[in-house]
Amino acid sequence: MKVAVLKGGRSLERGVSLRSGARVEDALERLGHEVVPIDVGADLVKRLRAERPEVAFVAMHGVGGEDGTVQELLELLDIPFTGPDAAACARSIDKVLAKAAMRGAGIPTPDSFAFTQAAFRDLGAADALGDLEGSLGFPLVVKPSRGGSSLGVKFAGAPAEVPGALVAAFSYDDRVMLERYAPGRELAVSVLGSEPLPIVEAIPAEGDPYDFEARYEIGRTHFVCPADLSPTERAAVTDAAQATCRTLGCEAFARVDLILAADGPWVLEANAIPGLTDTSLLPQAAEAAGMSFEELVERILHLALSTAGVS
Amino acid sequence: MTEVPQPPHKRRAHTSTRDLERYAGLFAERTTVMRSSAMRDLMAVTARPEVISLAGGLPDTSTFPPESLAAQMSRIAAKSAAAALQYGPTEGFDETKDCIVEVMAAEGMLPDPDDIVITTGGQQAIDLVTKTLVDPGDVVICEAPTYPGAVPVFCSYQADVRQVEMDGDGMRIDLLEALLEELRAEGRRPKFVYTVPSFQNPGGVTLSLERRMRLVELAREHELLVIEDNPYGLLRYDGEALPPLYQLDGGDFVIYLGTFSKILSPGIRLGWVVAPPPVLEKIVLGKGAADLCTSTLTQFFVREYFEEGGWKRYVEDLVVLYKQRRDVMIEALEEHFPTAATWTEPDGGLFIWATLPEYIDTGDLLAKAIRSNVAFVPGQAAYVDGRGANSMRLNFSGVNEDEIREGVARIGRVIKEQVDLYETLAPGSAAAEEVGRAAREAAAQPPDEADEGGSVLPFRRASGQ
Repeated sequence: MKVAVLKGGRSLERGVSLRSGARVEDALERLGHEVVPIDVGADLVKRLRAERPEVAFVAMHGVGGEDGTVQELLELLDIPFTGPDAAACARSIDKVLAKAAMRGAGIPTPDSFAFTQAAFRDLGAADALGDLEGSLGFPLVVKPSRGGSSLGVKFAGAPAEVPGALVAAFSYDDRVMLERYAPGRELAVSVLGSEPLPIVEAIPAEGDPYDFEARYEIGRTHFVCPADLSPTERAAVTDAAQATCRTLGCEAFARVDLILAADGPWVLEANAIPGLTDTSLLPQAAEAAGMSFEELVERILHLALSTAGVS
Repeated sequence: MTEVPQPPHKRRAHTSTRDLERYAGLFAERTTVMRSSAMRDLMAVTARPEVISLAGGLPDTSTFPPESLAAQMSRIAAKSAAAALQYGPTEGFDETKDCIVEVMAAEGMLPDPDDIVITTGGQQAIDLVTKTLVDPGDVVICEAPTYPGAVPVFCSYQADVRQVEMDGDGMRIDLLEALLEELRAEGRRPKFVYTVPSFQNPGGVTLSLERRMRLVELAREHELLVIEDNPYGLLRYDGEALPPLYQLDGGDFVIYLGTFSKILSPGIRLGWVVAPPPVLEKIVLGKGAADLCTSTLTQFFVREYFEEGGWKRYVEDLVVLYKQRRDVMIEALEEHFPTAATWTEPDGGLFIWATLPEYIDTGDLLAKAIRSNVAFVPGQAAYVDGRGANSMRLNFSGVNEDEIREGVARIGRVIKEQVDLYETLAPGSAAAEEVGRAAREAAAQPPDEADEGGSVLPFRRASGQ
């Protein structure tokens, strides 16, 4: 089968995406497919029209690739593609929209408030900061609304740190979110089709618990899969993750990041196109379920084709 | 016929979780301080052609005449192909050392060729010196900010790095003395002071003559080694040349690091160390272990190139070109950076160090800048302790004048957006602008009038000085 692997692009997560894409290409070749690697740029539509792939494997992360932009084009060109559809991508990448949908569905997610840059510039939103700081408490987490990895995510331990954290987060997006900090165990649940894979726990090895950069670095973070959870905990976490995927429409595959606190799980976000690099969590979870990387890639491809009604 | 096994795929199969943990368990302790970062991933985006990168430390190699490269390579092939393709001595060829002596003589130094070891770029020179001198936990002193490429070297040898502030005259020697006293009280002796005295990377400032003399004196008093890294000494655009520390000291306590990267080509990977014989001997052993010898072919190339006799003319051409680019960058900074920003105005070298109001993190700013297709080096890379977050290093040698103007204008726009936003978030922070202005005015004083305890990097001099 002729498979276009879409990777790279202009997102800030270009580097991760190139690594995800390269590994997917290799797996596809091993599976006997004809692979067309595409570093996504201004010639994307031309290249897709010229190559006429039977299916596109989207290995892009961040704005541009994970937010529905590329998916919309693929829908228009009538090329089946992996991962969630354009609408689900758009909902998932935008933490503000995603959290609103989660709250509507009764999924526990930490309290938060969102602001656009215009709200501060034109509406005097700064005057409301004191109120919301009071309701969220400290420390609080400031995040760009869209974007992955740990880019632009800051902790503010006191009111004086909020403006700087907001300026930082606004570097990545025009809308940012202030979120209550939920302490607890950090878990990631990958869902494939409607089936949850074993839960991964990320345990920071040392140092600053607020250092987001250390989170996914081998040697600085210790990953346990399957996570050591009681049956009740596992069920609660899995239920929350599956409910999140259903709510957002990420039924093909996705990774849900959550915190397991004393009072139960709190969903932080869903990644519509989780990383597929050597050190990414989804492949680790698949492996714990007894699935090789090739099998994982093949499953993702099949899900794309069955969604599109291709046999 | 036996079936030949299919060649393996270009990439390995998936690394399992068990493998990951197994490798992590095998890593040496020093790797825990070798850190990758999200910032490195950001740099993947800056490689795209539409991005104007003021991030690199690149000389403009497009100025080197291709026909000259072709002629020299042909001569090497005709005269000495076999030798040029063979291994060479670990310390380097004598004939190439003669070229190095010529380069150093141009700055007033007269090294003994036997004190020279040719290295694979100046970067290896830093690595070998550190490998030779530093045990885990040993104190290494350097400037604040320091060369971003030296930070991972010092860290990988698990040095205890102490950084000494600079002002417009380079490293604050009074602060260095205080630090030496403090260390003495703790019973600790620093292994060396690493410094880029001329047109410092990233600071752009130059150590004054008086401080050079005092530093050399201190080295003698404390029996302390000074590592003088001088990649840019010949790229002076204004003012009188100052004697290198090596010349002032005579080579007893100063170990000198040089490179052809900025005066000829970084692609040939040729640098060198000049050290007293006992130190040199160990460095040569270390080099043998690292890579046996520096590229024979490029050492031959340098020889041929120097025989032609035009190397100084080429450096003069670079000086004219880079001086113009520096001026363009400074003009652009004045036009496009907010008044609260300050920057250094280097008399030579390749870099300007700019500092923004404290609430701006240039790592995050870079993300925003990349969306506007422009890149720089965030200041944190030049510190070991997280300082420098509101500074940035800007390179003016690697791109043309139009790109410098456009690049600085784009950075200026994203800074302005952040400044405006902060003003609305924290009203009254207009004070930040005043702080910037005050720093600028303080820095505008001639150096002899400036308070010794006054402005630290960065600052902006009044134009015309």
